[in-house]
Amino acid sequence: MSEEYENNKSSYQAQSSETISGDGASSAPDMDYVRPAEIGEQDLYHGHSFITKWIFCQDAKVIGVQYFLTAVFTGIVGLILSWLMRLQLGFPELAGFMTAEHYYQFVTMHGMIMVVYFLTALFLGGFGNYLIPLMVGARDMVFPYVNMISFWMFFIAVAVLMASFFVPGGPTGSGWTLYPPQAILEGTPGSGAGILLMLISLSLFVIGFTMGGLNYLITVLQARTRGMTLMRMPLTVWGIFTATVLAMLAFPALLVSSIMMTLDKVLGTSFFMPTILKAGEVLEYGGGSPILFQHLFWFFGHPEVYIVALPAFGIVSDLISVHSRKNIFGYRMMVWAIVGIGALSFFVWAHHMYVSGMNPWFGFFFATTTLIIAVPTAMKVYNWILTLWRGNIRMNTVMLWCLGFIVTFVNGGITGIFLGNVTVDVPLSDTYFVIAHFHMVMGIAPLMVIMGAVYHWFPLVAGRMLDEKLGKWHFWITFLGAYSIYFPMHYLGFIGVPRRYFEMYDSPYMTSAVGMNEFISLAAFIVGAAQFILIYNIIKTLKVGKPAGKNPWKANSLEWHTSTVPPEHGNFGDRLPVVHRWAYDYSVPGANDDFIPQTTPPSEVINTEVEKT
Amino acid sequence: MSDPKIEGLELKPGFKGMASDTASDQTMFKGVHWGKAMMWIFLLSDTFVFSCFLIAYMKGRGSTPVEWPNPSEVFALDAFGVPVPLLLIAIMTFVLITSSGTMALAVKYGYEKNRKMCGWLVLATAMGGLTFVGMQAFEWSKLIHEGVRPWENPFGAAQFGSFFFMITGFHGTHVSIGVIFLFIYSYKVFAGHYDTGKRGWFTTMKGDYVEIEILGLYWHFVDLVWVFIFAFFYLW
Repeated sequence: MSEEYENNKSSYQAQSSETISGDGASSAPDMDYVRPAEIGEQDLYHGHSFITKWIFCQDAKVIGVQYFLTAVFTGIVGLILSWLMRLQLGFPELAGFMTAEHYYQFVTMHGMIMVVYFLTALFLGGFGNYLIPLMVGARDMVFPYVNMISFWMFFIAVAVLMASFFVPGGPTGSGWTLYPPQAILEGTPGSGAGILLMLISLSLFVIGFTMGGLNYLITVLQARTRGMTLMRMPLTVWGIFTATVLAMLAFPALLVSSIMMTLDKVLGTSFFMPTILKAGEVLEYGGGSPILFQHLFWFFGHPEVYIVALPAFGIVSDLISVHSRKNIFGYRMMVWAIVGIGALSFFVWAHHMYVSGMNPWFGFFFATTTLIIAVPTAMKVYNWILTLWRGNIRMNTVMLWCLGFIVTFVNGGITGIFLGNVTVDVPLSDTYFVIAHFHMVMGIAPLMVIMGAVYHWFPLVAGRMLDEKLGKWHFWITFLGAYSIYFPMHYLGFIGVPRRYFEMYDSPYMTSAVGMNEFISLAAFIVGAAQFILIYNIIKTLKVGKPAGKNPWKANSLEWHTSTVPPEHGNFGDRLPVVHRWAYDYSVPGANDDFIPQTTPPSEVINTEVEKT
Repeated sequence: MSDPKIEGLELKPGFKGMASDTASDQTMFKGVHWGKAMMWIFLLSDTFVFSCFLIAYMKGRGSTPVEWPNPSEVFALDAFGVPVPLLLIAIMTFVLITSSGTMALAVKYGYEKNRKMCGWLVLATAMGGLTFVGMQAFEWSKLIHEGVRPWENPFGAAQFGSFFFMITGFHGTHVSIGVIFLFIYSYKVFAGHYDTGKRGWFTTMKGDYVEIEILGLYWHFVDLVWVFIFAFFYLW
């Protein structure tokens, strides 16, 4: 091998695509050289009937939209559940129809729906399917058929989950963490069919997601277009890619814990069930370990936080760069921060279990690793701010959502440092402080990115621009409203109001927290209702919106340079694009425009000083 | 597998070559079929599934207050009136590992486009897998006959039955799925689908002998997992 290398040394050097020079005169003649294609044209199945085109469709873009709509539907169910919870907490006299059992069921279903069936499916299934093939320059996902099955598995999982609302006993009410032994014991709401359907639905979700995840990974690894090196990929792809890796390694723990709990429930095994004395009677169970479930669950549960957060990090980086007309600050640092956060997320799970009774040394270890995660995360925040610094910022709806995200994420991150420390966490755990923390950091913050991404990419998907004025109303109501909801919750947590309580009875909290609870509930109703502005905006835009045309944001990445808008099946017409640069050449000195698309060869922009990527 | 030689794609020596190869455009793993890459990543994910099961087993075995049964007694088989420990399991393991060998040969003959040999060897692998599943069914029924259940166990801790049936059952499901696919693939080999590039029934993708290798990866993985299950259940 080395001999061969010596012989061919000069040809390697001549073939390097990094011979870009600022000086036009001395540039090498092959400066536009990109290596020849390694992979043949993809063999695509084109649907002909309505069913194969729109229902059992193998086009990743349609599958992405299907995922998106299904996830939004479950998200609206989750939203309505949160309204019902807030009605009970703020105005219990109006919520006479609700029993404590109902409340627990709503808490549980709201949590599970929002984390797994809404955010995960929306980011990876929705944005992942739509954007990955377009952004890396592929015609479709590598296994379109498996991709299609993946969506329908998700659809069945959602159907099973929704069915649990209608079975006798209702859905499970054990909290979204489904801790045994109480999750499957009589006395917990929905301990019959409810918990069983939940576990089945989760297993189906994992199986379906695995099929989709394999597609995302292999498309990124093995199906990029010519010139698209790893370090030229938009950060959106990096975020979704890393999140998918996490999902592939974390969901197995969820699958295993679901299977084991199903067996505990159905066959009467005692994997998680200790010896239990109930009303003076010893139950059949005995000898199992409830803490084992917590370990398995949080080995899934903590990476799950980053499965939601990493795509948001990636997407927001791209949005900020495009809308401040500046390259992303520290691209490589951003990539490594995403990868580093992903790797670290597997070593922090037990910080959810400080009060579970595990060995105290565990707490020490996991507090340390948890706080280390603050380092790459803070790097990312600094880089977003430095990207904005002296940028040509366009204060449109997309940018507003991005700024909202940064602020909210910093907020939630700082309370995370409180909760990561064992001594601070112990008094705060299971209070409203925890609720405020994780809603800020993994609820509102990623949601802001989703909203920004919807306003950004809607012109690509539908070919029409969303209404800016409605968008700004949507943003400001959501932003101010979300803070009205969650800021007071921090205070509630500090005075010790416990979470998941149906009512405070006549505890001392009752008097001091009543007014605040009413205020939070009112804000929650308004914020929830404000989301329907977006739905109205979308319907209105589809009918009378301004046509977007090609590349309305003047962006560089490949999804805006398709043959048609919206892109057809196959994405790029006859010839796949050839990539010559990263996706962030904005406001380059010496260029005619303030953006240089990724497909522009160096010889066309000879007088520019560009990053050598 | 003969890859088309592409100019400029030869590896530079050492880490430099690895790094430039990894970060290069188009593909990260040069010349690796999409389906093969997919199977490797699926197997990585599946490794985590089995690891979670086995770690849960270790934790469960450690935390139960009742004595764990002695595997050499529970899994003994009477041969000519003498209880021989691990006899059945030894045969099962031998059969499964042998089927890995026939699978590897099938892949070899597949790439040589030797349709007949490839088909017979895939069929032999399927028969090996079927024998394994059959012997596992025999082992299960023997234990059930002796009173071992997922929820109770006359020899000691109830968790023994729970973990044994769950993990060997989950592995057995993997083997059974593999056997089904092996039968289908042996039909497809004999029918010449991989020589003519006939499209798949569902996926509409063109047939190629690389599919035999992909199935082979899965089959070797299932065998490897068995080695761990064997060590953890029967030797510990």
